[in-house]
Amino acid sequence: MTLRCAAIIIAILALIAAPFAIGQDYYINIASQILLYAVFALGIDVLVGYGGLVSLGHAGLFGVAAYILANVLAAGYGHAVAIAASLIGGLIATAAFAAVALRSTGISFIMITLALGEIIWGLAYRWISVTNGDNGISVTTRPAPFGLSLASPRGFYEATLVIFLLAMAAMAIFVRSPLGAALAGTRDQPRRMNALGYHVWMIRFLAFLFSGLLSAVSGVLFVYYNQFISPQALALPASAAGLLMVIAGGAGTLLGPVVGSALVVIVQNVVSAYIERWNFMLGAIFVAIVIFMPEGLVPGVTRLVRATWRTASRRRPRAMAPSLGPKP
Amino acid sequence: MSFWLLLTVNSITFGGLLFLLSAGFSLIFGLMRIPNLTHGSMFMVGAYLGSTFLSGELGFITNFWTAAILSAIEVAVLGALMERFLLRRLAGQPLAQVLVTLGVSLMVADLCLMGWGGDPISVETPSGLGGFLRVGPAVFPLYRVAIIGIAVVIAIALWLTLERTRLGAMIRAGVDDPQMARVVGIRVSRLFTIVFGLGAGLAGFAGMIGAPILSVYPGLDQDMLPLALVVVILGGTGSLLGSFVGSIVIGFIYNFGQALLPELAYFILFLPMVIVLVVRPQGLFGGQVL
Repeated sequence: MTLRCAAIIIAILALIAAPFAIGQDYYINIASQILLYAVFALGIDVLVGYGGLVSLGHAGLFGVAAYILANVLAAGYGHAVAIAASLIGGLIATAAFAAVALRSTGISFIMITLALGEIIWGLAYRWISVTNGDNGISVTTRPAPFGLSLASPRGFYEATLVIFLLAMAAMAIFVRSPLGAALAGTRDQPRRMNALGYHVWMIRFLAFLFSGLLSAVSGVLFVYYNQFISPQALALPASAAGLLMVIAGGAGTLLGPVVGSALVVIVQNVVSAYIERWNFMLGAIFVAIVIFMPEGLVPGVTRLVRATWRTASRRRPRAMAPSLGPKP
Repeated sequence: MSFWLLLTVNSITFGGLLFLLSAGFSLIFGLMRIPNLTHGSMFMVGAYLGSTFLSGELGFITNFWTAAILSAIEVAVLGALMERFLLRRLAGQPLAQVLVTLGVSLMVADLCLMGWGGDPISVETPSGLGGFLRVGPAVFPLYRVAIIGIAVVIAIALWLTLERTRLGAMIRAGVDDPQMARVVGIRVSRLFTIVFGLGAGLAGFAGMIGAPILSVYPGLDQDMLPLALVVVILGGTGSLLGSFVGSIVIGFIYNFGQALLPELAYFILFLPMVIVLVVRPQGLFGGQVL
């Protein structure tokens, strides 16, 4: 355990020091993107990994918070008010979204969340008096908490890092809490959990709210990072990218979404530097991961390392790869 | 008065298109238990292929209907190939299958953008149907009336196929209880390929038939897929009657919404879905094929 603590502290120190080591603004911005999408992916992982509920509509929740932020700022309020309004609005939207989507589970849940997400996208695209349609809304300033300016890439990175670490900590606490354990229980054995007296629906609903809150936080970060929001950020490819981050990294792990976010953001930036066909790559990676590495990178690599370790110490490996297939 | 009448005709026309799209979607869902997220892409690919056939760029000139049928066949083959070589590998893993269809839909959207460019392509109304139909004081665009006719004919043909033919009986058996169907000697996995191809072909056909009204543009897939989802959530999965009623209802809500509250038209679709999910989560006609 002390080894683990040391590893976590070293990782955090490395993340804080990263911009000084990287130096170039371009790469610091990529690091900020990785962290802000990691928060988004963590939110999806709450449902996908721990709740067994695959959502394809999270970009909609992300977008609701982003648009509220942009609109409240455009109305002339301060950053604190705008952020509070967007998080509260994001939570209210999540509650409505969850109330509808949790009428079902499994494959129907995917369909309903997809339809809901697309409806929010349609709203962003066509409700021009509020969202300015395809032209989007620009946000000219970034906040300066405690007098620290976030205008520079480095400043923004450090602020994103703080929020990312808070999100990671919240996630770690959530997963280890009774609620997190109950959520995993509803994923594996919903009927038994029900028979044991747990309110399965309420557990899922609370998890959804937590997930929505993380999506809203990442939506706020997204607007401040890009200083712009348009319907494209809410479209189905955005939800799919979020889900891909979770599945590629490893659903149901803390580190998986972060690794997945790094993978997707790096591929997106590297690939789009050479060819325009980013969505094609996204789809191809999706298909390849689902077919060849359904358990994701983090569990896959962990299993490989453990298997090697065991072989080295002449013990037979016992670990079985979990699959995306239906759970008994 | 004629405004409302025209809006009604437009709604039924759009409902007919949605039926062609969602009938296949619903059958695939009923049989394979997965939502085919490439269904919107099939619709768009059908329209793009049809517009290419029609333009004569391939060295031969086709009329509208031949183009529609050719593109439907092509899309059907693509769908069957995808089922056979991608989804079959993941048999028994519905979640993985859904994610693969999602990945393929993103790839198809990008390939279409690459192949046909970003500008919308308009398709001309087929010759002879550009006029108007006069009924008393009211005037209807002939082509829209023709679409309603085509949708009704295909609905009846599908119903007869499912109800009266051997293939239909096998599909019903497969929807009802795939394991028992296998036990009695029905090759359910071959049925999967057939139904997937059929559904894809219908979607492609709908794309071309709808092209003179909707035109073809990048993002058409993303516009149509949620509509198919909402229709199927509303009507119930695996139910032909459900997709028919759902399509007409959504056709009306969408068109009236666009005419009366254009900014919120997409949002209004949400309402019937919410009401149905609250009152009857399996959909209006869920749990039955016919």
